[in-house]
Formats: sequence, structure tokens, C-alpha cells
Amino acid sequence: MTEGIIFTSLHDDLIPELTKVRTMASLPYGCRYRLIDFPLSNMVNSGIGSVYVVAQRNYQSLTDHLGSGKDWDLARRSGGLKIMTPYSSAFAGNGIAKFNSRMEALKSISNTVFELTSDYVVLADCDGICNINLSDMIACHEKTGADITIAVKRMNVTPERGERSVIIESDNTGRVLDALVRPSRLVGCFDVNINIWVVSRRYLQSMVHDAMARDLTSMTRDIVRKNAKFAKYMIYRYEGYYANFTSLQDYYTSSMDLLGDGSERNSIFNVRGRPIITKVRNSTPTKYSGNSKVKNSLIADGCVIEGVVENSILFRGVKVGKNTVIKNSILFQDTYTGSNVTLDCVITDKDVVIRDFRNLSGYKTMPFCIDKGRMV
Amino acid sequence: MFNKKECVAMLLAGGQGSRLYALTETTAKPAVPFGGKYRIIDFPLSNCVNSGIDTVGVLTQYQPLVLNEYIGNGQPWDLDRASGGVMVLPPYQAKDGADWYKGTANAIYQNLHFINRYDPEYVLILSGDHIYNMDYSQMLDFHKKNGADCTIAVIEVPLSEASRFGIMYTDENGRITEFSEKPKNPKSTMASMGIYMFNKRVLEKFLIADAKDPSSENDFGKNIIPAMLDAGKKMFAYRFHGYWKDVGTIESLWEANMDLLGVDPVLNLHDRRQKVYSRNGARQPQYIGENAEVNDSLITEGCEIYGKVINSILFSGVYVAPGATVRDSVIFSDCKILTGAVVNYSIFDHDVIVGNGAVVGKEKSEGSRITVLGAQVSVDPGRIVKEGSMIYPGPKSSEKEDG
Repeated sequence: MTEGIIFTSLHDDLIPELTKVRTMASLPYGCRYRLIDFPLSNMVNSGIGSVYVVAQRNYQSLTDHLGSGKDWDLARRSGGLKIMTPYSSAFAGNGIAKFNSRMEALKSISNTVFELTSDYVVLADCDGICNINLSDMIACHEKTGADITIAVKRMNVTPERGERSVIIESDNTGRVLDALVRPSRLVGCFDVNINIWVVSRRYLQSMVHDAMARDLTSMTRDIVRKNAKFAKYMIYRYEGYYANFTSLQDYYTSSMDLLGDGSERNSIFNVRGRPIITKVRNSTPTKYSGNSKVKNSLIADGCVIEGVVENSILFRGVKVGKNTVIKNSILFQDTYTGSNVTLDCVITDKDVVIRDFRNLSGYKTMPFCIDKGRMV
Repeated sequence: MFNKKECVAMLLAGGQGSRLYALTETTAKPAVPFGGKYRIIDFPLSNCVNSGIDTVGVLTQYQPLVLNEYIGNGQPWDLDRASGGVMVLPPYQAKDGADWYKGTANAIYQNLHFINRYDPEYVLILSGDHIYNMDYSQMLDFHKKNGADCTIAVIEVPLSEASRFGIMYTDENGRITEFSEKPKNPKSTMASMGIYMFNKRVLEKFLIADAKDPSSENDFGKNIIPAMLDAGKKMFAYRFHGYWKDVGTIESLWEANMDLLGVDPVLNLHDRRQKVYSRNGARQPQYIGENAEVNDSLITEGCEIYGKVINSILFSGVYVAPGATVRDSVIFSDCKILTGAVVNYSIFDHDVIVGNGAVVGKEKSEGSRITVLGAQVSVDPGRIVKEGSMIYPGPKSSEKEDG
């Protein structure tokens, strides 16, 4: 038996353009998904039936998206989805404790952590996307008898990426030797922590207990680095497609990865027995008019397309007007474009209205972002 | 303990739909897919929910597996209720005998105990073979205002087609004076839509009397309605002005699907007040490839289009390979149209595979006929399937084509 804990708010500051109005976990991605759909589906697809979602800020969009958990089969009498909202007491007037790291988040829900009963706990953040076989990862964790197993992805690290990553060093048996937190000068191929950990439940509880007693705040710095020699930490190499978003640019580039020949798309969305599940919106099928010209684009249901769409990603309920040309752009849910509009390298947030004859353009390395609900 | 309900809906979903041939070989008609992501039964069920009716009995009989599975606990329509909700009512074995449902009226008669649990004032009888959006609460208001015993929804049809329907004759107040089922020489164009609102007490009395009559066919149109008229019951016709279509034949099913297309379609599913709900799978978004051409079409999640799709409806997970063309067709879930294949004026049930370069059907023109391929039929590469063919389900049945 395994339970899951998802941290929703630890990376909210990375894409301020899109997370001003929402927590990172409810950032839209890939036509119809929110980031939390990925860790949540990964857990559900591995038979995890009890998931705690730790919310902190701006979580209205998140609770709206998750609802009762029904769409993920997590509306259950026993277990199921539990949203852990920030805890504030009417007494002592100390307001709401804020947290910026996993350990602090775990401390804020310590009562729940101490009441967990499963053998293993999967911890996951909402800062990237992958379709990982957690059953296999848990089996490895069990086989090696590790205290913590850390999922890593081998990738090219540039100084910019390094500054926002944790790199795990391990020996040839996969045992963790050290963790480099945000190294700024590394270049080359390294194992990057993808923020999915399997932890033995008792170990997790003692870790949280210890952290509370000693006022420790970082799992990587204060626990993994200090104890690597004494405890057993293992890595688990994830081989599929992985993208994490450390900036708007990252977000744009990895969204565009979904287009093209489909290898990235299929390794995320088309894995047998491991679908990525999202909220059902009951949209109508998408309608293409007699004059529509659509090329190399990923399109959700509920759209009405009367113009030209190329190399773009359209979320649910987007309207593309007559003689309108959308290129290299990402249009969030219910974006409305009138007629004779031209958009190139633009990201529109939810409910944006672009009126007739507007021309807007960004550049591939600097996409132009329009805030939620704005009218141009 | 059951909470009292003002109105309970009974949905007749046991029909075979024999005129849909290959499409209803293993599926009851109400479970036949429609409009890219729906099934026919989504329309009456969504109408119920949108009209505030939360207790629906679904009477099944013919090939109920797909239908039962689809309805499930009623969650997609918000009909998974603690009180009421959707309940599938199959024929059953009782102490004094086991019977199939002999007719529409008999099906309701055998389930009077279900209706009585909710002690409703009104019972709404619906059928599972029509596509329409309708607010039943307005019909109920009309029924109450008239103090009627029975209200029948009617729609204007062309005089030339009136002989296919049950036709109503009314006085100036809308009270029904005469009813004739499929008349040879109709003098009215008011056709029954198969939607009846009854006062429960009156309905119960007539159903019991009908069940005792061995010569009765136990049918609403043929027996119950005429008997109530003869008894002088207050019966009114409720005029409906929106879109309504019987999709009982291959041609009408194709036409109704096509009614969704166009700039200002006759059948509009985008109305947020009358949302049609359906069971949705977790499919990836649709991908339209670099050299694809998609015009005048409805396309759903999970589709991958690399070829040409013109004037067609594609359900979830359909693959159209490079160089393939789909025109004037309705393609159910997970079909694969492989490289260079051409599909014209056809309806495909789910999981059909059309091999490389195969040609199915002929371009739609005056007098041409629809080609129908049943579930999982696979058409060998290069093969030609003649216009108007009806191929029954099965992986290897392209052999037993009956052109």
C-alpha cells in the first residue's frame, strides 16, 4: 500500500506571468491539462488510492479543478483525494504559517503525516510533466530496501538550468552520494532530481519528527546531504519525456515540443494503461469551418475554428474568427479571437478577448503573454 | 424510505432499432453513438437533468450490455443521487411468471412499483431514439395549467411525411380530439414526438386495464392513448418548435449528424443552458498534422489527422493517415483510415480499419447510397467496398459483403 502527497505551491514564483492568478499546480498545459494532472494521474495509474494535495496560495483554481476527485476515481469513502488547505488557528493569533520547501510543507501537515499507515509514500511536486511508472519505482524502492528513492532524469545541464535544479550524484549501484543544490557553473550531462520521491513511511515520519525538533527546513540540504553516508538513498532513472518549467520560456518551448512528429506527445499522453486524466468539461467536439486551415497543431474539444491555425496549441473552448491567423501560439481556455486577427508567438491566458484586426506578436525566445480576462 | 418526487421520467430504451442494421447488431439503439462524442440516450437524459428531473428509470431489453455500462451510476449526467437518480430497469422474473416487455405500455406497467416508490404526481414517458433539446419543465407547466390528464408533445412535419407518424387532431384550445397512428391520408401535420406527460393516477389506471386486455398490443400509441381519448380524458398537444429528429434509419442518422455542421447549424450543441452531457474518456487532445486538410467537420479528442477530412464527423481516437481522404462520413471511435485510402458517404462503427489504398463508398451525389461498416470490420488494402454496402461486425467480415 502506498499513499501520495502532492505539493502544489513550491514553484509558484518561477512563471510569474502565469502564476499571478493561480498556483503552479493549476497551470494549464497541453490543450486541456493542468500540471497537477500529471503527478495525480501517475499516482492513480500505479494504484495509489489515497492522495493528499497540499495547497498554500491562490488555490481556488486548484480546488475548482480537482472537485471531489471524481474524475481521477479518487472520490472514495476510504482514502481518495484530500486537499490540505493552509492551517490557521483562531488562537494565539499567529496567522498562517508559510512554507517554501517540502519539509516545511510536511511540518505544516504533520498530524496527517504521523497518521499515515501505508508502507510507502510518494512525494511529488507540480513543476514539470512526465508519465512515470510509479509501480515500477516503488518495486525498485522495495527491492533495494532504500529509505528514499529519488527519481532522476539524465539531461544536459546548462548554467541557467543548473541554477534552478538539484543534481544528484550517485555511485554505480545507484546509491546517492551527494546532492548539488542549484549549482550555477555546471555544464554537461547530469542526473537531475525531478521531484518525485518514494519514501518509506516510517522513515518519512521520523524525518518530519526530527525536522520539527531540530528546526530543519530543507529535505535535500538538511537531510539527504547530511545523511547520505548513513542512510540508504537510491536513484531511479526515468527515461521518458520530461519537461520542467523554470521560466515562461521553458513553458513555451516544452509546450511546442508536443507538436511535430509525435514522439514526445506519445510518450506523455499515449502510454498504454497510463492515461493522463483531467477534469471533464463536457465540451462539444471541435468544429472546423469551410475556410479553416489547420496545420501541425494540438487542439482541445469545444473549439470553433474559422481561420488559420499553424504550430499552435488551442485549449478548450477557443474561438478562432474568420481570416484570423494564429501561429506559434498557445491560447488558453475560452480565448476568443475576432476576425482578421494575427497572433504570432503569443500566449493568451484564460478568457482573453482579441478584437477584430488586432496584430500581436512576440518572438520564439520571448513569447508575448496576455493576462487572464484581458481584452485587446 | 424514498423521497417524494413531483415527476419521474421513464425512458424506453429497449428497442432494437432494426433499421440501423449493422450498427445495432450488438448495441441497443439508444446506445448508438452520435455527434462526435455522444450517444443517442445522452439527449433525453441531459434534457431530464436540464429540466430539473432527477429520477429516471431506463427500461432496457435488447442487447443491454453497452447501454448499461454507458449509463453506469449516472455520474456524467449528475444522476448519481442519494435520492432518485438513474435506475436501469431490465425485464425480470416475478412470482407469477417471467415476461419480456411486450410493448411500451407493458414495460411501464411492469415497473409501476418503481414509479410508486417516489409517489410522483406526474410521469414523463420518453423514448431513446430521438435527437432534440427540450425543456420538459415547460411542458409540465403547460400540463398543469390545462389541468390535463395527459399531454403529448407534438411537432409540425411536412404533410408528405405525416403518414410515418402518430398524428394529432386538436380543437382551438389545443385539446386533442382525435389521434391516428400512421394514417394513410393525414389531414393534420401535428406529429407525436413520443413524449408523454401523464397524471400518475390516471396512467396507472389505464395501464392496469390495458394489462388485463389480452387483445391489446400494450403500446402507448396504439392502445393507451386511444383508450384515454375514448374515455374522454383531458388530453392536450404541447407544440415544440426546436430541432427534433428520429434517428431510426441509416439515412436519418447520417442526416442528423450532418445537421451539426455548417456556420449556423440546425442542431446547435454550443448552447450552455442546454448542455448535452456524455461519458468522456481520458483521451489526448486532437492533433492536426502538417499536411492535413480539415474543413466543415467535427473532430474529437484522441484523433490524429494527417490526411484530408471534409464534411465529416469524427469520434474520439480516429486516425486518418497521410494521403487518406474522408468525405461526407460519420466515423465512430478508434477507426483507422490508412495511407491513401478513400472513404466517401459512409458510416463506420467503432474500430474499423480501412487498409492502404482501399476505397469505401462512392462520392455523394443524387441517388447515391450510404455505405455502412460494422464494428471492427477491416477492409483489406486496395480493396473496393461498393456504394451502399452493409457489412456486419467482425474482424474478418469484409468477405461477406452483401453489395
